[in-house]
Amino acid sequence: MTEKLIFELSSPGRQGITFPDIDVPTAPLQKLLPGNYLREEAPDLPEVSELDTVRHFVRLSRMNFGVDVGFYPLGSCTMKYNAKVAEDAASLPGFTNLHPYQPAELTQGALQLMYEMQRDLAEITGMDEFTLQPAAGAHGEMTGMLIIKAYLESRGETKRTKVIVPDSAHGTNPASATMCGFKVVEVKSDERGGVDLESLKQVLGPDVAALMLTNPSTLGLFEDNIKEIADLVHRAGGLLYYDGANLNAIMGYARPGDMGFDVVHLNLHKTFGTPHGGGGPGSGPVGVKAKLAPFLPKPVVVKQGDRYDLDYQRPQSIGRVKAFYGNFGVVVKAYTYIRALGGGGLKQVSEHAVLNANYIKHRLSDQLRIPFPRLCMHEFVASPPKDLKEKGVKTLDIAKRLLDYGYHPPTVYFPLIVEEALMIEPTETENKETLDQFADSLIKVLAEARENPDTLKNAPYTTPVRRLDEVTAARKPVLGWFPE
Amino acid sequence: MKFIPHTEEERRQMLAALKINHTDQLFQDIPEEVRLKRDLNVAGGLSEMELSRHMADLAKLNSGTDEYICFLGAGAYDHYVPSAVKHILSRSEFYTAYTPYQPEISQGVLQSIFEYQSMIRILTGMDAANASMYDGASALAEAALMACATTKRDAVVVARTVHPEYRETLNTYMSGPGIKVTEVNYQDGVTTVQEAAKVLDKNTAALLVQYPNFFGCIEDLTGLAEAAHAVGALLVVCADPVALGLLKSPGQCGADIVVGEGQALGLPLSYGGPYVGFLACKDKFLRRMPGRIVGQTVDVDGKRSYVLTLQAREQHIRRDKATSNICSNQALCALAVTVYLSLVGKKGLRQVAESCVQKTAYTRDLLAKIPGYELPWTTPVFKEFVIKTSRAPAEINRQLLRHNILGGLDLGLYYPELAGHMLICVTEKRSQQEIELLAQRLGAIA
Repeated sequence: MTEKLIFELSSPGRQGITFPDIDVPTAPLQKLLPGNYLREEAPDLPEVSELDTVRHFVRLSRMNFGVDVGFYPLGSCTMKYNAKVAEDAASLPGFTNLHPYQPAELTQGALQLMYEMQRDLAEITGMDEFTLQPAAGAHGEMTGMLIIKAYLESRGETKRTKVIVPDSAHGTNPASATMCGFKVVEVKSDERGGVDLESLKQVLGPDVAALMLTNPSTLGLFEDNIKEIADLVHRAGGLLYYDGANLNAIMGYARPGDMGFDVVHLNLHKTFGTPHGGGGPGSGPVGVKAKLAPFLPKPVVVKQGDRYDLDYQRPQSIGRVKAFYGNFGVVVKAYTYIRALGGGGLKQVSEHAVLNANYIKHRLSDQLRIPFPRLCMHEFVASPPKDLKEKGVKTLDIAKRLLDYGYHPPTVYFPLIVEEALMIEPTETENKETLDQFADSLIKVLAEARENPDTLKNAPYTTPVRRLDEVTAARKPVLGWFPE
Repeated sequence: MKFIPHTEEERRQMLAALKINHTDQLFQDIPEEVRLKRDLNVAGGLSEMELSRHMADLAKLNSGTDEYICFLGAGAYDHYVPSAVKHILSRSEFYTAYTPYQPEISQGVLQSIFEYQSMIRILTGMDAANASMYDGASALAEAALMACATTKRDAVVVARTVHPEYRETLNTYMSGPGIKVTEVNYQDGVTTVQEAAKVLDKNTAALLVQYPNFFGCIEDLTGLAEAAHAVGALLVVCADPVALGLLKSPGQCGADIVVGEGQALGLPLSYGGPYVGFLACKDKFLRRMPGRIVGQTVDVDGKRSYVLTLQAREQHIRRDKATSNICSNQALCALAVTVYLSLVGKKGLRQVAESCVQKTAYTRDLLAKIPGYELPWTTPVFKEFVIKTSRAPAEINRQLLRHNILGGLDLGLYYPELAGHMLICVTEKRSQQEIELLAQRLGAIA
């Protein structure tokens, strides 16, 4: 099953929507815009009917896998169920029809929602102030690192040019630090999967601006030396940055602010259940301790008496990282989610996310190699059994075969420090039956791999398309449709 | 409300399998000293019925463009969104998916992005586009970084006619790596080639301009491109995609990188986001492009198919050497743009653009005739124009609000020299009656 491109459905003269005639007196276009400004011909967009368009995109949707279609244990992405009530809330006309430059008196509901969101996120993370402006987690990382940079500069500490990142970190961490003009230094993990304290001590010094850390780590493990790490970094004059990708594991149990983190970013689309949208829009709020608050992007939502407003008078602010106030529509969904659960409910989220992860890990512990045999948090990392390697079966083959069983595979080949890594994150919204069926399927796939490795190497068989030639795609890029 | 399916019996079975009595035992790796020993003070735990009511109540505290006649633009536009757009977007196979890491079960979003890239390429007149950016402002900043990396220079020049918030964003992004930003002033609402040439030099990586610019005026891209290229700099254009239905593409005028905000193409105003940035460039800059890109390929059976490509530029592979840190972008918003552009098609986009031009011209002429209002410039405009007022714009807007009109942007907030000027926006949605009502009310105030 393949689908024609929308351009290939085009027929000259067809149109999906018509517009009313212009109802004001008109002038010849050439009089309004000089001829040398005008296109000679209309851009070559498709010409299709509304039905053509709807059918085309509905057919495409049927070739796509989302959480509503099936189990999606993509590690580090927290693919939990996205409540429908939040979708409805975000599409209320009172939210969708607001122009960002409307006066505050007409947007009190939106501002109240944003203000309460800032306060809730501060409470959940143990930070003092929040900005909702960053559009995604990585955007939040950049924002957080720029705040750290501005803070250090305000203290005259311009020689702090290094940022330490563990070898297990998300790729966005080093990329974000580099975008902010920092030099990245990697620190090794120890045999328990935590930051190696001796290696850390060796790289800490007067040139260090910050350590970026995910806790629980990308290995799904809680960094139990966190207090010592925080002390070491702070004593060296650096700051501690929290990558909130894994917050779903600890809500109500522990807070980054109490662990000693100075700056955090969150991924609302992960922890707070907003849809991932096929790769966005996300939302990446950043929280800071009070001493860093003056550097937050402007404007910040403030409350004065009973009235909410946008505060632009922030002379030490890093500026802004995008136009307007962030992905407001996404914030509405996350706010709805938080109000659905409340503090107690959020703790139960983490409780069950961790329970589910440990349960699957337990079911698979004699089938896969578990490099760090500790309790895991909301996800865990594993490697395929050794004998599969001899048969030439790779993690990618296991992932592709799982597609035939109706699952989105776990994250593969990340973190980089685990051989042939397979990272499983079930989230709290899956029931035991789904977890058991998934474990059974994976066990079956491993058995298939032993009996007939080719079954896996040629998988998948049941998907709309099968293994794609990614090498040619990159070597001879075809990045768009061109008329014949 | 909870979205946790566990029954008591299932919990019991799972705990038994793990040989523990209580889930607290799963959290034993969290040291005592960092444990939260109280409940989170976060309101909630509402039933769905209470929650729906609460959200509706909050929404009702706002009054938007469905209640007020909107003449506000300045980077967020009240264009018509065809019904089919939101129906396609509410297909949960699209919105509950993540980044298409497994192309075999993600052809829907991959193909839609491939079509999006194609449409952006066609509109901008560039060779290739990426799979979306956060918004127009951050796309402009990323284009500046891209130009610096390409030219190996560390200074950029930006026109003051670029959206003030885009320039702020640019400054923030440039502050990290320490790239120098210089601004060029305007004359009669546009950037002159002479002024630009004065500040461009052999250290300049790019000249950044907006098309039509923040004042709605149309810049002379061809002249500006020549000025930039003369010193070996790139021309980066931040374009309104609706205007590109009518105006010559930036590519045709000599632009090297084209970015912009796609909100006008099928996304609601939504208090400023989520919107979608686009970024397109000439082939020779392809491997410096930030963000994700989808490419066409074939599968083992020879079927045409689509996949994330050129990933060697990306953060998950290149880490600190990546072309940008973008991971999640705005894929669902890019889908809205793709559906919108499919529905309006070749003719429709031109119709929308023409409607904007005609209605704006009509409004501009009408308002200029009212005593107390005059046009500072006669430069051609697209869907926005600047008007000088004899009374303070803030006062005018307050009065207009009483008549359910959202007046123009008070430019004095962003340009001190334009105190007493407003930026008025007229899209295809404004009727003759609404425009005349605005004129009538403004006349009454003046």
